Formats: sequence, structure tokens, C-alpha cells
Amino acid sequence: MTAFLVVLVIILFGVAVWQMSKIFQMSRAKQTDSSEIASDKDNNVQGWLMLSFVLFIYALCIYSFWAWGDVLLPQSASEHGVEIDQLWLISMVIIFIVGIITQWLLHYFAFKYRGRATQRATFYADNDKLEFIWTIIPVIVLAGLIIYGLFTWTDIMNIDTDDDPLVVELYAYQFDWRARYGGADNTLGEANVRLIEGVNQLGVDASDPNAQDDVIVNELHLPVGRKVIFKMRSQDVLHSAYMPHFRAQMNCVPGMITQFAFTPTVTTEEMRMDEEVVAKVEKINKIRRENTVALLAKGEEGLEPYEFDYMLLCNKICGNNHYNMQMKIIVETEEEYNAWMAEQSTLAQALKQ
Amino acid sequence: MSAHAEAHAIDHHDDHGHHHKETFMTKYIFSQDHKMISKQYLITGLLMGFIGIAMSILFRMQLAWPEEPFTIFEILLGKWAEGGVMDPSVYLALVTIHGTIMVFFVLTAGLSGTFSNLLIPLQIGARDMASGFLNMISYWLFFLSSVIMVMSLFVEAGPASAGWTIYPPLSALPQAIPGSGAGMTLWLVSMAVFIASSLLGSLNYIVTVLNLRTKGMSMTRLPLTIWAFFITAIIGVVSFPVLLSAALMLIMDRSFGTSFFLSDIYIAGEVLHNQGGSPVLFEHLFWFLGHPEVYIVLLPALGITSEVIATNSRKPIFGYRAMVASILAIAFLSTIVWGHHMFISGMNPFLGSVFTFTTLLIAIPSAVKAFNYITTLWKGNLQLNPAMLFSIALVSTFITGGLTGIILGDSALDINVHDTYFVVAHFHLVMGISALYGLFAGVYHWFPKMFQSRMMNKNLGYVHFWITAVGAYGVFFPMHFIGMAGLPRRYYTNTNFPYFDDLADVNVVITIFAIITSIGQLVFLYNFIHSMFYGKKGPKNPWKSNTLEWTAEIKHIHGNWDGPIPHVYRWPYDYSKLNKDDSDYVIPGQDFVPQTVPLQENEDELDH
Repeated sequence: MTAFLVVLVIILFGVAVWQMSKIFQMSRAKQTDSSEIASDKDNNVQGWLMLSFVLFIYALCIYSFWAWGDVLLPQSASEHGVEIDQLWLISMVIIFIVGIITQWLLHYFAFKYRGRATQRATFYADNDKLEFIWTIIPVIVLAGLIIYGLFTWTDIMNIDTDDDPLVVELYAYQFDWRARYGGADNTLGEANVRLIEGVNQLGVDASDPNAQDDVIVNELHLPVGRKVIFKMRSQDVLHSAYMPHFRAQMNCVPGMITQFAFTPTVTTEEMRMDEEVVAKVEKINKIRRENTVALLAKGEEGLEPYEFDYMLLCNKICGNNHYNMQMKIIVETEEEYNAWMAEQSTLAQALKQ
Repeated sequence: MSAHAEAHAIDHHDDHGHHHKETFMTKYIFSQDHKMISKQYLITGLLMGFIGIAMSILFRMQLAWPEEPFTIFEILLGKWAEGGVMDPSVYLALVTIHGTIMVFFVLTAGLSGTFSNLLIPLQIGARDMASGFLNMISYWLFFLSSVIMVMSLFVEAGPASAGWTIYPPLSALPQAIPGSGAGMTLWLVSMAVFIASSLLGSLNYIVTVLNLRTKGMSMTRLPLTIWAFFITAIIGVVSFPVLLSAALMLIMDRSFGTSFFLSDIYIAGEVLHNQGGSPVLFEHLFWFLGHPEVYIVLLPALGITSEVIATNSRKPIFGYRAMVASILAIAFLSTIVWGHHMFISGMNPFLGSVFTFTTLLIAIPSAVKAFNYITTLWKGNLQLNPAMLFSIALVSTFITGGLTGIILGDSALDINVHDTYFVVAHFHLVMGISALYGLFAGVYHWFPKMFQSRMMNKNLGYVHFWITAVGAYGVFFPMHFIGMAGLPRRYYTNTNFPYFDDLADVNVVITIFAIITSIGQLVFLYNFIHSMFYGKKGPKNPWKSNTLEWTAEIKHIHGNWDGPIPHVYRWPYDYSKLNKDDSDYVIPGQDFVPQTVPLQENEDELDH
């Protein structure tokens, strides 16, 4: 596939360059005056090229959707994500309509009114009515988008603790993540980097009664359907907790606790069955098999087949290994979650060992 | 001084036919002439651009073929590419310096510096800048900062590598990343010098535009280029000092133990003493410049486009007043939208709402500008010179990139694409490519003015344009898709996430387009250098333009006009204006009326 694309791009470019050189020769051979100012012939050629260019943009657009439409994120796995996707779709539709029309007008006018010695331009300096119209239309459209966007944003960021949410701390450091659960009391103990010592990697205050039952893990498990409030902390530099499948992201800032909340709605198992995800995983595994063949031929180890999992990535440049700072997220049923949680040792137990 | 001597001095001042002897040093090196200074800016900017683009090719190759050995890496990167495989630390360094160079050194100094210097005195009818001396200092500070930035590439631990936004604590702590040692110090020093240069330049531009306009050149008769440069300078004066203060505080945090941006940090096995600072404060200060900076880069390009499109359409720019109003609106709004870079920085979500509101407002004047450009083309008689093609392409990328801004400016939508390649695609199109097109349009259009009527080869110009236009979309359009797939930027390789394996193809396509496009720039480079010495000489006013610079002497003399400076009687956009009975143009047989032509008997007086 890669090789095919490479070849395709090279061929297309070759054609473009060939056409260009042809134009280059034509305009050189037949030109009567040798000035560097565009002649009628130049205007004609360039005008036609402008028209082809807008078609090229459309073609590129269609090709991209056809070839890469399947790489996009699957359906949202969180409650608020559905709203984001909806707003995204509306914005995209507006953008595409405006983009297609304006690009067409721009390039079509460049073609249609290409200069000719006999042609006279129209002196047209002002039209208040017209300008008013195209000021007021964006105002109305944008007002709609702003209001819709603001309601969505406020909904997402307004973090309340009404319906007994699960509290989880996401702790970032160069270059890994830890998650800390509040334990049986669902309350996180106080913590500060000044308390980091030995196994107490997160600097939790061991004397805080709330901290005793805290559970620290390096794999994030979430029960489906229950709201989770994430409290983010960073140990050293800025990081960003990015969970693309949940349409969730928040920076982790040293010296500050930031927060984000969402309700996961699709378990990992369910997501693996999702049509889009199945197709995507299949495609990825096909690529991995091809790469494995190449690797084995070189005497290196092959690649493991891939199975879908939610993930948490670092999305703020944080140092040399920024590119590999990840944590697996597992969304499961309440029972599975409880069973998993029961297996974990609490902070008090961990410190005693 | 006696009255007689004073009168003599004034006489002498006006008599610009008389020249002082100029040595090589005063003419080419420490020149105080705005035309020479503009060329110095342009050539320095282009050299820096060459470095910046070359860097982007290196890291694009790493992204397309991760961890593959390339001999070119070994040659250029030395110890950071043992065996030809690029090291993660140098990847980040390349990304950082590419951003810094392109934004500040190429698109701020190279674009605004070049054309503000060249055009402000020439288009307003002034003999030179208000202060030729400060202007010279401004260039040499810029040169010094460029030298320091290039020097920082050669320090032991590597250049700054915390991203061009240099967010602390990463940029403050050498323990966090090697580039935050001496490399970062040099980066900060270089930027401090750069800001001083920019401020001196901007103040000069503002004073010149306000005070040195020739008789009849009211503000409403200024070409839109000058409006753009003028407002750009004002934004620069308002916002650059804030970056300087941020840089100074960062220097103090780094070297003198203060805690402006640092708090509660445990790194390399020890707790730092810093307490009470906030990285979010730095983000606020940085983006208070950083966002206006986008318009510092873009407005001059739009100004150039306005002039080039009107001239080559043989039509007045549509809605001159609306264009000026939208420049003013953009400038004002640009200073109150910085928070849209920080929706998920941890600042109060209420602020996010405010910044969403102001950000989406800025789309309105931008839309007006785009529509006005399109209407200017309508029913024109388009002379499709290379400069014109680049201007039209600028409008195209400005629209494409601007539209995705509507998504990113919406705080709710930003959550999931923040810091992904969607952002990279957006800002490269809307400010990077658009501003570069403005730069190219300006160079092709005013080359004859810079180099004594020598013109650039148009056919090479066309080849350069089409490679660039196709290549730029080829690079940045697919990039939106990998962004929407959730791929974060500034990753050295994506191979640690099998989930992103299906994006490898797209990355290869992007890189191939990038390589071809950058090779295409060599056509421009050749054309530029060759035409400088051997370009065909064209007429004095090759594009049949109305503005004053084309009435100035072809030969570069100090003072621009041999005789008295021209007076102005009309606005600069009387293209294809007809006489009262619509039988012919105002000046029969000539479709343009230069600003120096008084109102004719047979023409209607319009409101300009």
C-alpha cells in the first residue's frame, strides 16, 4: 500500500512537472515579446491551470476521504462525546459548504476573467449592501455555532459531584502514568511531591486517614455508565492526559490540580465489536503482518497482532520519550470493575510491605 | 546657529540630487537607506528560511520512515544520528527550531521587515524612514539574533527542544531535557535581541506612516499594504514586550532561582525548592504575544495581496473601507483571543467560554476580507503574473486554514483535537503557507523595485508557483486526517502505538509532497539570484501600478526621488476608471490613473 501510494504520488507529480515544462516550452517558443510581464498567452494558460487547480483541490479532498476516511476515530465512548461529535459534524458541514463555494468562486473567477488585451475590467469599488450581506451572514452562522459550542462546553466542564462519581487521580511523570483511586471512601488522600519517598511514588501523605485505602495502579479500569472525575497532577513538567476515544483531554500542571470528568458508555469488549473498530483493527493487522514479513526477512523479530484497547496518551511535549508515554484504559461492567478493584492492594498495605 | 545657516541647512536637506560619497561599508553593510535595509532583511530571512525548511524535511523523513537510517542524517546531525538513525532528542530540537525560525525569523522579520522597509517610505512618498539610524540598528539586532539562534544549534547538549512555545518547566529544567541547558539560554537571548529589533523597527514604521506622508496622502488614500504594515507594527509594539517579560522571568527562573513558573517539582530524584509559581502564567504571557504574532505574520501578507490583486485585476480593491476596518478589527480582536491556545491548560473553564466568543468573532472580519478579494477578481482583467498567482493562492489557503479555525476556536471541539496534527495542518495553512505566499507575491511583484528594474523570470516563477501550490495542499490536507484520527504532534515516532499503524501511509504521502515542494523552492532560489544580476530590465512601472513607488527613480538614490517628492491627488486604486460619458478610460488608452495625477475634468469625483 505504501509503495503504491509513493508510486502514485511520484507519477502524479511527474505528470505535473511534465505539463509544466511543456507550458514552459510553449510559452518560450511562441512568445513574441520577451518581457517578464504576463502576456495574453500566459494569462490564458495560467487561467486554465487555475481552473484545474480547484478541481485538483476537490479531487484531493475526495481522494483523502476515500483513502483515509477509515482512519478517523470511531464512535464516542463517552456520554458528552456524542455531543462533541454532533457539534463537530455540524461545523464540518458548514465548513465544507463554505469552502467548496468560495474556492470555486475564487478559482473560477481567476479563470473566467483571465486577462485579454481587448478586455476591459469593470470599475467596481464599493457596494454597501453586498458587504453588509456578507458580514451579517457569518455573524448569524457564527452566533449559532458560538451558542451551541458554549452550551456544550459548559456542560462538559461543569463538574458536579451530584450523582456519586468515581474519583480518580491521573498522575503524570516523565515518562509514564499512574492512576490513584480513592478506595472504599472514594476520597483521595492529600499528596505533594515533597513527600515522595521509596515506594510512595506519588507523594501521598501517609498520615492522612483518607489516603489509607487509596489504590495506585498503572492500568486505568473504569466501570461503564458511572461518571468519573479525573484529578490530574504532574510530578515534573507539563503533560496532557489525552483520551481520544472519550473525547477527553486536560493538561497536567505541576503545582496545580486540574480536572476533567466524563461518563464512559461503551465497554472495551463492546468497542472491539464495533463495526468501524473491527475494520480498523483488521486493516492494522494486515499492515502489521506485511511489516512482519519484512522484519523477519531482515532477521528481526516480528510484530504482535493488535487488539483494540482504549488508551491514554501524553499530548504535551514533555521530553525525549514523550512519544511513548501511554497507559491502557479498560472500561468494564460494574462487577468486573469491583472484582478487579478487590485484587488491588491499598496504599497502607503497600507501604507496610 | 544663525538664521542664514539654518535656511541653508534646510535648503541642503531638500537638495537630494547632491550625494555624499558612499563607501562599500556605508552602502552595503551599515546602510541607513531603507531600500538597502529591506534587501538585507529579505536575504537574511531567506537564508533562515532555507535552514528552517531543511529542518522540516529532516524530521518529516523521520516521521515517514521512523528509525530508518539515512546517510543525510549522519552528515547533518553527526552525533545525534549515530549510524544514520535520528535521535529522539534531536527530533524535538529540529521541530522546535523549525518553528522558531519560520515564525520569527522568516515570517516576522523576513516578511514584515522586508516589505515595511521597502514600501513604507516609497508608497507614502517619504525620502526615508523617520530614523534611518534606528532602522539600521533594528536590522543589525535582527542579524545578531539570527547569528545567536544559529549558534545555538552547535552547543554541546543541543539547541532548545521544548517546542517553539518553550513552556516551562520543560524549558526551565536541563534535567528534564538536555536542550534546556545552554541551548535554551541562547534561544532566550536570541529572542530578547530579536524583540528589541522588532520594537525599534515597529516604532520607526509607526512614526514614519504617521508623520512623513507626502502632501495629499491622507490616511484614507494609503495603499492597503501601508495600512497592514502600520497596524502590524502597532500590534508588535503592544504584544512583543509581553513576550520579553515572559522571557526575562524564564531566564530568572532558570538562572537565579526565582519561582515565577515553577512549583512542586520532583525531578531526577530530588525535589526542587521552587514553590508558588505557575506554568499557566507563562502560557498566558506567551500567547498574549503568540496569538497577535499570527496576525503580525499574516496582515503584511494580506496587505501585499490586496495591492497585488488590485493591480493585476486592473480593478480597484473591492470595499477599501471595509478592508481597512477589517484590518483594524482583526488587530483589536487578535489581542483578546490568546486563551484559545489554552482551553485545556487548566485555566478556569469560564475563561474558555469568553475566549471562544472572541475567537469566533475574528472570523467575521476575516470572512469579509476573503469575500472582498473574490469580488475584486470578479469582472476584472486578470494579469496572471506569478505574484498574482501567489496572491490568489494565498486567499485559497487563507480560506481553507481559516475554516478549520472555526473548529479549533470552539472550546468544546478543541478538547479532542488540541495538540494533534489537525492543529498543525490548520496553522500551517492559515499562517505558514498563506504568509509565505504573501512573501513570494511581494518578492515577484517588487523585485524590479529592489533591483533596479531587473525582473524575475516569469516562466520559472510559474513553475515555482505550481509546484508550491500543489505541494502545499498535498502536505497539509492529508494532515487533517491524521489529526482527526487522534495522532498527537511532536511524537518522534508513532510505532509505539499499534493503533496508529494505519496512519503510516498518510505520513509517507505527506513527506513525499514536502520533499518535492521544498526542492521546488530551489527554482525560486535560482531565479532570485540569477535575476538579481542577469534579470531582464523591464519598464519603470512594469505592472502599470498606481502607487508612488513606481514614480521613484529606478536607480537607488538616497531620498528616492531626484526632484521634489510627488504630491498625491487620489487613492491608489483608480484602475479601469472610465470618464464621465463612459467612452474611454479617464486617461485615454491607459487603464490606470497614478496617484500623482490630479482630478481630471472629464471624471467623476468619488469618495476617495
